Amino acid sequence: MKIEFILNEEAKMIEVNPARRLLDILRDDFGLSSVKEGCGEGECGACVVLMDGKAINSCLVPAGNIYGHHIVTLEAFKKTKRYRVIEDAFAEAGSVQCGFCTPGFVMATESLLNENPHPSDAEIKDGLSGNLCRCTGYNMIVKGVKLAAERGEGLW
Amino acid sequence: MKESISKPIKRVDASAKISGEAKYISDLRFENQLFARTVRSTRVKARIVSIRLPEFPAGYFFVNKDDIPGVNRMRTVVSDHPIFAEDEVSYIGQPILLIVGPEREKVFELTTQIKIEYEEEAAVFSLAEAEKRNTVFTQYGYSKGDPEKAFVEAASIIEDEYSTGLQEHVYLEPQGMAAEYKDDTMYIYGSLQCPFYVEGAMKEVLGWEAKRIRVIQAVTGGAFGGKEEFPSLTACQVAVAALKTRHPVMMIYDRDEDIICSTKRHPSIVRFKAGLDQANNVIALDIDVLYDAGAYTGLSPVVLQRGIFSATGVYNFPHLKVRGRNFMTNTVPSGAYRGFGAPQTIFGTEMLMHNIAVKLGIDPQDYKMRHMLKRGDPTCTGGQIRDEVKLPEIIRKVNEMSAYREKVKAGKKYRGVGLSLFLHGCGFTGNGEQMIRGKIVLRKKDDHVTLIVSSVEMGQGAETVLRKIVAHTLDISIERVICENIDTGLIPDSGPTVASRTTMIVGGLLQQAALELKDRWNETGEIEITRIYSHPDYLRWDNETFHGDAYPTYSWGANVAEVEIDPVTYEIDVKKISAVYDVGVPIDEQTLRGQMQGGLAQGIGWATIEVMNTDKGRLIQHNLTDYKVPTAMDIPEIECEFIENPYEFGPFGAKCAGELPFVGAGPAIAAAVSNALSVPIRKLPITPEYLMEIDNHEN
Repeated sequence: MKIEFILNEEAKMIEVNPARRLLDILRDDFGLSSVKEGCGEGECGACVVLMDGKAINSCLVPAGNIYGHHIVTLEAFKKTKRYRVIEDAFAEAGSVQCGFCTPGFVMATESLLNENPHPSDAEIKDGLSGNLCRCTGYNMIVKGVKLAAERGEGLW
Repeated sequence: MKESISKPIKRVDASAKISGEAKYISDLRFENQLFARTVRSTRVKARIVSIRLPEFPAGYFFVNKDDIPGVNRMRTVVSDHPIFAEDEVSYIGQPILLIVGPEREKVFELTTQIKIEYEEEAAVFSLAEAEKRNTVFTQYGYSKGDPEKAFVEAASIIEDEYSTGLQEHVYLEPQGMAAEYKDDTMYIYGSLQCPFYVEGAMKEVLGWEAKRIRVIQAVTGGAFGGKEEFPSLTACQVAVAALKTRHPVMMIYDRDEDIICSTKRHPSIVRFKAGLDQANNVIALDIDVLYDAGAYTGLSPVVLQRGIFSATGVYNFPHLKVRGRNFMTNTVPSGAYRGFGAPQTIFGTEMLMHNIAVKLGIDPQDYKMRHMLKRGDPTCTGGQIRDEVKLPEIIRKVNEMSAYREKVKAGKKYRGVGLSLFLHGCGFTGNGEQMIRGKIVLRKKDDHVTLIVSSVEMGQGAETVLRKIVAHTLDISIERVICENIDTGLIPDSGPTVASRTTMIVGGLLQQAALELKDRWNETGEIEITRIYSHPDYLRWDNETFHGDAYPTYSWGANVAEVEIDPVTYEIDVKKISAVYDVGVPIDEQTLRGQMQGGLAQGIGWATIEVMNTDKGRLIQHNLTDYKVPTAMDIPEIECEFIENPYEFGPFGAKCAGELPFVGAGPAIAAAVSNALSVPIRKLPITPEYLMEIDNHEN
């Protein structure tokens, strides 16, 4: 079927099986490789993108569900001021090791700070609990998000 | 004055990874590439009677044992795992053949249409059963002093048994590999830790010389040992497929497939008989170590060696008898996983000491301190502890951070605090380093220095740390030091990226080369300096008798865990971990802290929620819904400090670090749970069911 949606601020129309996963559309059809597949069942958050500003697992969203919606991946988000703040904070706080989960955490952080620009540690942990990281033990990711929230005062 | 090497810098790979620009194997595309999917055994142990293939559309192929030009075995310590099954299968998930073709969905569909007829055979499902049937793969032993006499003279004897379960690595990036055959050369691209292990395996499977093989590492999304030996298997499979089809072949596992067939941490049983003297000190120990190796031997012999050489933990027991056995079971093969056999035995020893102390009414910390190793003491294998042991200082510090002394006495039911003391032997076991003789090259051209090694970045920070060592030694900015790509056609074999050896061994060689380069800095033209590892003269090791220095030196640590147990559900809430480590001198404190916190988090998972069981050879938990790893909600604040203790042969005094934090987590949590409920803990993971059962039984 024909599906119209907005991808990274551009209107798109695709001819696609409505059951096709958004993850595959983004990676295979549009070559947006920041979106990672870590589990394919909504447990790990490596494939998180924004749908209308909210974090979603793109492996769980069938093409039919994106009709008319705004999808934003890291490829577009990285051009924003808010991204720069997150990148610097993550780099400084040591939030990154192998990096495979990182794009998902960046998008989840954007979603979290959109909803709550001044989260406590507990709120950060809760907000990121849909994203798995096996390298860091999370302490430094929480620190990175906290730092981004402080540095980005007024941006969210 | 120059800044300390320990002062954190920004990781060199941070921006590429945060922005999503870093290319992992699944992000690469080759012209005319085909996708591969593996057809696997659905039987635990069986003979393959027949394989019926469906009709293949044009452009689709199968690849099996008959396509292998060389030897159909994966090269490792014991090369017994077939690349593709021959006439029998020994575990569920064993690879039989590949289906390869241009459309991924069609390839998947074809794999479901293959009919394999099996004739099932008797299988071994568990370690307990394996012991009864004596399916021993490898057996080792050693002794110290006169254990027989000591047991006769002992005032009392205590016997105990400890066990641990399967653990999956869950690197966030599943296994992935691609092969491209061009210009009479096989190019392999993949997510891997050990480029020369892959090259070595391919030489045998293809029957080719190394010069026709290039192994190139893609950005690797976590490994933890899971990409140590396993990628040799997938690399050989896609190489054979690329050779047959003359197309590039890409094989990316999904999570289920990855969990079903990739290596795991060895399940273990460790039995102790302890002989105590009149003063209740342990003077003799008999330790019997049993590891479940799974269906093939692979790396298990060396995992078991580290297990038995670490079995006495941080203690000096005068009389010892240690035996270790690897058993075959018809389950997915066990392999390398952070800690490499040491976490299982150290868990046993730490809990034995804890449980004896509690039984005697002595604080476990005091009891442990009565047995601790110090400089000059013999090691369990008759080597020597040559460097200063700073455990007393480490313990003082961890007590201060955690208020252990006050909390351990609080005695509130359902709240507990527990201590672990541990070490990790740095680098390869025994004569491993002499066998490999790692080689590095440092090249100065124009204004830049290139470091050329086979140690890979897989998340742990190796690239940052190695470049920092060279830059700091030369007193130049880190931007002027670059790393050669990991491509076996361009790099020397500095050894695999394993055994916490990268900073200490490879970093040490780089520092030596950088010092020479510094002296020659003003020479004109290109300068190239090569260094090959040589073992310190004073170290002795006999690989037949297991006598001497099993490791050149050790890193040390202490953890205090605080837990709260839910009185209704018996779930464990880890409230805080305080950790102190001696890893020599930290090369970049933040990168090191990241390793320590990450290792602890994996250890917390192993000790608490990471339950993986088999039912008649079939994994019950094979996706991330059923196999739970810790989320941000499960990991508490981890406070982590370092005690400096420079090691003469390490770069800037650095020793090993990456595996050490994993070792301490399990026993600290178990001790804390024991303290909270006043029960002895003898098993990991500590599931609510297990806790409820022992709490009801003991109290």
